[in-house]
Amino acid sequence: MFNFLPELKVRENPSSIMNFSVPVVAVFLTIVTGSLIFAMMGFDPIFALHTFFISPISNTYGISELLVKATPLALIAVGLSFCFKNNLYNIGAEGQLTMGAVIGGGIGIYFHDTQGFWVLPLMICGGAIGGALWGMIPAFLKIKFNTNEILTSLMLVYIALLILDYLVVGPWKDPNGFSFPKTRKFGDSGRMPLLFSGLRVHFGIIITLIGIFASWFIFSKTMLGYQLKVTGFSPVASRYAGFSQDKLVYIAFIIAGAFAGIAGLGEVSGPIGLLYRDISPNYGFTAIIVAFLGRLHPIGIIFASLIIALTYLGAEDAQLFMQIPAAVGFVFQGLVLFYLLGAELLVNYKIVLRKRV
Amino acid sequence: MDSTILKIDNISKSFPRVKANKNISFNIKRNTVHALLGENGAGKSTFVKVLYGLLKPDEGFMYFNDNLLNIQSPSEARQKKIGMVFQHFSLFDSLTVRENLILGIDQDMSFSDLQKKVNNISEKYQLPLDLDAPINTLSAGQKQRVEIVRILLQDPELLIMDEPTSVLTPQEVKSLFKTLDKLLKEGRTILYITHKLEEVINLCDEVTILRDGAVIDSSKLENETAESLATKMLGKKLSEIKTDYDHIKDSINFKAHNLAQNFNNPFNTDLKNISFEVKEGEIFGIAGIAGNGQSELMNLLTGENVDDVDGSITFNNTEITNFNPKKRRDLSIAFVPENRLGHSAVPELTLAENVLLSQFPNNGFLKNGMINYKNIEIQAKKIVDEFNVVTPGVDAKASSLSGGNLQKFVIGRELISMPKLLIISHPTWGIDAGAEHTIRKSLIELAKNGTSIIVISQDLDELFEISHRISVIFNGNLSKSVDTAKISIAEIGLLMGGKGFV
Repeated sequence: MFNFLPELKVRENPSSIMNFSVPVVAVFLTIVTGSLIFAMMGFDPIFALHTFFISPISNTYGISELLVKATPLALIAVGLSFCFKNNLYNIGAEGQLTMGAVIGGGIGIYFHDTQGFWVLPLMICGGAIGGALWGMIPAFLKIKFNTNEILTSLMLVYIALLILDYLVVGPWKDPNGFSFPKTRKFGDSGRMPLLFSGLRVHFGIIITLIGIFASWFIFSKTMLGYQLKVTGFSPVASRYAGFSQDKLVYIAFIIAGAFAGIAGLGEVSGPIGLLYRDISPNYGFTAIIVAFLGRLHPIGIIFASLIIALTYLGAEDAQLFMQIPAAVGFVFQGLVLFYLLGAELLVNYKIVLRKRV
Repeated sequence: MDSTILKIDNISKSFPRVKANKNISFNIKRNTVHALLGENGAGKSTFVKVLYGLLKPDEGFMYFNDNLLNIQSPSEARQKKIGMVFQHFSLFDSLTVRENLILGIDQDMSFSDLQKKVNNISEKYQLPLDLDAPINTLSAGQKQRVEIVRILLQDPELLIMDEPTSVLTPQEVKSLFKTLDKLLKEGRTILYITHKLEEVINLCDEVTILRDGAVIDSSKLENETAESLATKMLGKKLSEIKTDYDHIKDSINFKAHNLAQNFNNPFNTDLKNISFEVKEGEIFGIAGIAGNGQSELMNLLTGENVDDVDGSITFNNTEITNFNPKKRRDLSIAFVPENRLGHSAVPELTLAENVLLSQFPNNGFLKNGMINYKNIEIQAKKIVDEFNVVTPGVDAKASSLSGGNLQKFVIGRELISMPKLLIISHPTWGIDAGAEHTIRKSLIELAKNGTSIIVISQDLDELFEISHRISVIFNGNLSKSVDTAKISIAEIGLLMGGKGFV
């Protein structure tokens, strides 16, 4: 049966050099494929690639925009790596991000005319708690009822989005907003401080860097990181060691949720300044690609977040200068993930063509 | 008559950091039982994998019936009439015998043809099979029978048997040897891989001895004795192991009382009212054929799965029935489960990192939740030195060590804490005689220093060698214990087959 299909065979000694270069190969192949697509659409590939990847970051404003986009991506991705290392497939960062924005943003709306240095930290805490609580739901369901966290975390994304939707058209609607589906603006104390005047890059990037450093520290120096690592490699060995599996599931989801929640709060209190329907261009989903492109390593995630952020900017520029839909950015993100998974497979397996018998 | 069926010429195979086979050359004569003897880690498994097409040799050639043998996969090997029965069965547990047989053969065959062929084989070799039985209901001996029938369906000229007796009862071993005898009479050739000297002496015509990846000797068995074989296999003589009862104290420090656990699934054995006691300094052996509740009992003793357990476990007057493994270690109880890779050690981590897996109080590995890598490395080096673990360093991945060396490391990690109670499952499963000897000796030494030890094992020789008292587990029941000195291997063998249980 199916004797004509090629067969995948495990490589005895996967090359470690190839293993390290997987992300580089994936990005390279994405660019090659991208230029082919541009060429087929009738554009000069060099011009298109320049528009997509070079011109968006050829000035300070562009670099600042790149960092603005990379800020939430990196923070969410590093949070997700706690789950992924533990073989927990948390697909619901977008929902955790949304709930973080709702709780943290809610605090911002409540204190919209209050001045005080404490407003923003309170909002950040709210964001972390909102995201963490939302992340705890799939963890709880998994532990109590053995549900699949991929499904529950994904379904919770849509619930979170509908909650946000309800709030901005209902109870939290801006009384002076001409019935637009948005809330009132946060006060100045509820906004992320800008780092440079005239540029949108904000204090959130510092939080992201702290988050990344803290994650690196946890992974490489602490018992918690060791427990996550062992459980990811071998749940049986983890049980033998006496690590509490349930606790590790909760911790991974709480950290991932809190990081996503802070990222969401960073968006609404940073560039946006209020709550409305489309607070995130799928950062929560895109961060999954960032996490894997960065090989679940905090430093790798920094680079990966910059590359993926560039696809957002490139798509906007391509829309402006080449009149092609911004969705082409998602095509690039998809290509990166496709080549990443493909390259990873081929590092560990080889394709063997079957001979006709 | 004395023609050569398989000629091995200068086969070498290297892995990163190890040369597993070094210029191996020997001949196998047609219609003989040829033993490949060696400790684990000597390169036997690598060699048979090369022979069966699972690995490619770096250099060297093989000639089968005077033709150059160049095989890429086991199915090609089978086409060329080379068959192999693996040490670890390669059967699908949830499928029936019939389905497993159909899956194992390379050519298309209808169920009725298969039925006819299987009936022929079963009758001819007296290997009765129930084709509709799911594999998980079979004993180890029956599973092996399925494997053998599956190979015989392909009518092999050369049959490779990899450590075939390691999971069998003494009675099952006898019937296996009868089968092998029949196969030999038909003109087939058998390559018999083992580390057990007795079997070589009783069964084989010629023997090739491997040590450290190289052929030490290849000769007719007539010229050999058990002692000469052991010396060649190990390179040095082993001292005899002696156990005595004098040091055992009267105080009982471990009690299992009426332990019972129900699983409601066909893949686990329910445990029924298991009770036993262990005195200070005593080695308590639990014999039994695999799949009679050993792993379930082990999980209760280690605390890895205590869901819905009835009864109680007490250690030094503390009830620990529901304690997790970490809490048990805090009371100075150490465990070594049967599987090394992925259970007592994480293959992807280094030896040093694996030290952290089982933490005893006051070992100084942690400071405010932070890992003290320096202390761990020192401890790992100490284990490597004291237990003669052969490894390029403590930063080597656990997966790069041979079974025996990793087992020495794991046992060393547990013993170095001087536990008051050691619970160990199959301590020398699949490892070489040298490591086996070291491990058994260190267990006896530990007991002399006052540690109570519970050993679960299928290896009767081992239990008779080291344990003071012995019980048999059968179908989730535990027999009454007897002093090992007062019972014969044959009597235990009967109990293992379920005879004599009330």
